[in-house]
Amino acid sequence: MVDLWDGLTQAFWLVLTGDPELAEIALRSLYVTLTALAIACVIAFPLAAFLAVRRFRFRRLIIAILNALMGLPPVVVGLIVYVLLSRSGPLGVLGLLFTPTAMIIAQVIIIVPLIASIAHQSLRDLWQEYHDLLISMNVSQRQKMRTLIWDARRALLTAALAGFGRGIGEVGAIMIVGGNIDNVTRVLTTAIALETGKGAFALALALGFVLIALTIAINLTIHWLGQTEREGRW
Amino acid sequence: MVFPLQVTGAETRRRGKVLVGPVSLHLAGVGATVVIGPNGSGKTSLLGLLHGTARLHAGTIAWQLPMDQARAVQSFVFQRPVMLRRSVVDNIAYPLLIRGLPKAKAMAQALDWAKRVGLGDMPYRAAPSLSGGEQQKLALARAFITAPQVVFLDEPCASLDGRATAEIEAILQDQKAQGTRLVMSTHDMGQARRLADEIVFLRGGQVHETGPAAQFFDAPQTDAARAFLNGDIVE
Repeated sequence: MVDLWDGLTQAFWLVLTGDPELAEIALRSLYVTLTALAIACVIAFPLAAFLAVRRFRFRRLIIAILNALMGLPPVVVGLIVYVLLSRSGPLGVLGLLFTPTAMIIAQVIIIVPLIASIAHQSLRDLWQEYHDLLISMNVSQRQKMRTLIWDARRALLTAALAGFGRGIGEVGAIMIVGGNIDNVTRVLTTAIALETGKGAFALALALGFVLIALTIAINLTIHWLGQTEREGRW
Repeated sequence: MVFPLQVTGAETRRRGKVLVGPVSLHLAGVGATVVIGPNGSGKTSLLGLLHGTARLHAGTIAWQLPMDQARAVQSFVFQRPVMLRRSVVDNIAYPLLIRGLPKAKAMAQALDWAKRVGLGDMPYRAAPSLSGGEQQKLALARAFITAPQVVFLDEPCASLDGRATAEIEAILQDQKAQGTRLVMSTHDMGQARRLADEIVFLRGGQVHETGPAAQFFDAPQTDAARAFLNGDIVE
C-alpha cells in the first residue's frame, strides 16, 4: 500500500513539475502508438470492409485466421521483426532495428488483426442491413466499402481505441525491437519494466499511473472528437 | 427510353425451389402496373427479377437498353425502408453522390426533395430515428431524386397508417403524372384501385391474369381473381 501511495504521489509531482524525461518518454509512447494506430487503421478498415462485402473462396478461412491473430503473442512478433530487421536479416540494410520505426512496425503487426476483426464484425452487420439497398442502386464494390466504413465510423472508432489500448500497453515486442535505449526508444512501458527490474517500485508505479492517465485522456479525447454519444443529428 | 419491357419465360429460384416463373409479360412505358396476389405468390421476387436484383435462372428479360444502362434508370423502394446511418438529406443525396454529382449540387437537390416529400423541417435528423411513414417518404425521395424512368415499389405502404398511406400515394400519383413508370406490389386492393393502370395478378409464382385495372376490377376473367377480389382465401 505504501508503494502504491508513493507511486501516486510521485506521479503527481512528476506531472506537476513537468519532468522533462517523463515528458519525452510519454511523447515517444504516444508518437509510436498513434503512428502505428494510424497505419493499422489504413490497413485494417479497408480489409474489414473487403471481407464484409466480397464473397470469394477461402474468405471464411481468412476471417478465422484474422480472429486467431488477435491473440498474437507480442514477444513472438517482436522476435520475428527483430530477425527481419537485424543486420543479417532481409531488411537489415534499412538499419531500422532499435529505432522507433521498428517499434511502430511491430505494433502495426500486433494491432492490425485486432482492429480488423472488431471492424469486420461491425461492418458485416451493417452490410446485412444495407445489402439490398446498395445492390439495387448498383453501387460499385469500392463505393460499398467506402459507404460501410463511413457509416460505421463510430463502431470503427471503438475498434481503433481497442487497438490503441493494445498498442500503448504493449511491452514485449517493442522491448525486443526497440531495445529500451535511453533518449532513443524508451517508452512508458519499457521504462516501467526497467524501473521494476531495478527495484524502484514507486517510480515504476508513477510511470504506470501516468500511462493510465494518458490512455484515459486519449480515449476521452477521441470519443469527444468522434461525438460517439450523439445520435439525434448526423 | 428503357421501355417497353418484354419478359419471356423468366424464372428465379432459391435452393432449387421456383420462387416465380415461368413468367411472360409485356410492360409499356407509361402508367402504373400493380402486382397483386396472395402471400407467397412471388410478388417481391417478380419485382426483384424485373429490377435485376434477383437471379434470372431461365427465360429472358429484355429492356430497350443493355441491362447495365437499364439498371441506371431504375430505382427500388423496399417494403421496409433501408436507412443509411446518415441524416435525412445525406440519405436522399446518396444516389446522386455515387453517380459522381458534386456534393453541393447533390445536397441542394436533396434539400429540395426533402421539402417535396414533407421532410423539409427535419433535413439533418438521423434517418434511422424517423417514424415508419417518414422513413418511407425518405425512401421515395431517394428513389425519385435520380429522375428514374421506372421505379419498383414493394408494398411501400405496408404497416403504415391511413394518413401516411395517403401522403405516400400523393407522391406516387405526382410522379406518375410526371411520367415516371411505376411497378409496385400491394396487398391493399383500395390502393391498387387508386393507383393502378394495369394489374398483374400472381398466383403460385405465375401470372394468373393480367390486364387494364378497370377491366380487372370490374370483370375479372378467372375464378381465382374473382375469389381474391371477394376476399376469399386463395392459395
